[in-house]
Amino acid sequence: MESVNFVYDLLGKNIVAYILLALLPMAFLLPYALVAILGELKISAWIQERLGPMRTGWKGVLQPIAEVVKLLQKEDITPAAVNKPLFNLAPFVMFAGAYAAYAVIPFSSKFVPVNINIGLFYVFAISAFGVIAIVMGGWASNNKYSLLGGMRAAAQMISYEIPIAVAILAIATLAGSLDMQEIIYQQGGGFWNWNIFGGPGSVTKIWVIPFTVTLFLIYFIGSLAETNRVPFDIPEGESEIVAGYHTEYSGMKFAMFFFAEYSNMFIVSAIITILFLGGWQSPFGDFLNGPVWQAFWFVSKAMLFVFLQIWLRWTLPRLRVDQLMYVTWKVMLPISFVAFFAVALCAMIK
Amino acid sequence: MLFDFVFYMFAVIVIVSAMGVVFSKKMMYSAFSLLFTFFGMAGLYVLLSADFVAVTQIMVYVGGILVLIVFGVMLTSKITGVDIKTGTIGKIQLTVGAITSVIVAIILLYTYLSVEWMTSQFQVEVPTTTHFIGFGLFTEYLLPFFVAAILILIAFIGAAKIARRK
Repeated sequence: MESVNFVYDLLGKNIVAYILLALLPMAFLLPYALVAILGELKISAWIQERLGPMRTGWKGVLQPIAEVVKLLQKEDITPAAVNKPLFNLAPFVMFAGAYAAYAVIPFSSKFVPVNINIGLFYVFAISAFGVIAIVMGGWASNNKYSLLGGMRAAAQMISYEIPIAVAILAIATLAGSLDMQEIIYQQGGGFWNWNIFGGPGSVTKIWVIPFTVTLFLIYFIGSLAETNRVPFDIPEGESEIVAGYHTEYSGMKFAMFFFAEYSNMFIVSAIITILFLGGWQSPFGDFLNGPVWQAFWFVSKAMLFVFLQIWLRWTLPRLRVDQLMYVTWKVMLPISFVAFFAVALCAMIK
Repeated sequence: MLFDFVFYMFAVIVIVSAMGVVFSKKMMYSAFSLLFTFFGMAGLYVLLSADFVAVTQIMVYVGGILVLIVFGVMLTSKITGVDIKTGTIGKIQLTVGAITSVIVAIILLYTYLSVEWMTSQFQVEVPTTTHFIGFGLFTEYLLPFFVAAILILIAFIGAAKIARRK
């Protein structure tokens, strides 16, 4: 296999390169979080016919920096009755789980921190740390609302993992690989070859397009639930359980939960992009498809889905708990199975 | 060098957290210590070039079983957690426990000394194990695979039956 990593090309395979590779996603994540916070503030304002933050910088563009500074200097309160070790550990586990997923995200054909053959499976498995961290935080807060929030989050994330897993499995079957770079390479040559349009193939693949689009929608809906975003934010439903599992958190520890949520938003968007929208492939085939352009396409496509998540958050109401379980077990799961069999059939006859 | 360092790091994580599981007096601490044990085990699997097993370890044990354990503990005890008494053990438990530990220790020691261990080489680049696992499951180990599948199906049906009965 050819060299896939510009860091190895520059420095060779040594410990400096490894450390640099581990830190590079953070160099993306920090500016991304600022942009996403600003997006959240401004988009919510525009949807609600407000102006949003206007005073810090031009039209309020420096607002996220002000927010971060505010969070940094806030008092770090640990309530007296909480279980201290677990209460302090939970935000770190949450963030470690969220950041660990970046290890395999291919930003471009020349940059993926670690190119492992089971990248897709790894990202899916590592999200379990988020569930554990939320339950940990919810339990350690020693508060009924937090406990309820934590349990809701766990029940929801476990349920929605199943249709998501079926969608991932279907694409893995279609591509015949769990390697993200391999899946992306197969989708090269223009947007018509993306997996949402049935992957590469002749015109006869048209019949499978409705099924791949269905899987795409199922994955997107499921990913909203995985990141606890509206309409699936019952773990932190303000009107019922204050703020759910992070009710007792403040200052930097709250910020870490928040940061992990934003980083998860990007992760699921990136996975959608890789699975269905060609990852870093340019929509125009070989046109504008250099390594740097690829990073541009990848981030743009993923940011589109981040925007979509923010848009939905300020548009839709919250589901009830029973509706939530109804949607995943009785609607999404059967549909995803049917779509999976259709895609598997397509992969067989191809 | 790096290999050794990473190995000892994961080994320490596994041992310390496993001791945490056994010795902590709070049920919840044991459950969450298990998280680090599973994580360390996954790391050791990676060092043995068993990438698929490592990720499956995290997927199944952290994502499934540990969440269930934590749920079980949360649902069966008070919010503050129930204390497990480690101080009071009867004579019978002590005797049986001691004998079992000695037997297990002898077996482990004997295995350790008698088996010729194959050490994994860090530099060997194993392409992927997924292919071989899939191939093996559907050729040589087809029968155990299907038996396991049927077992899981039976468990599903049983669970549904128990849950339905009001």
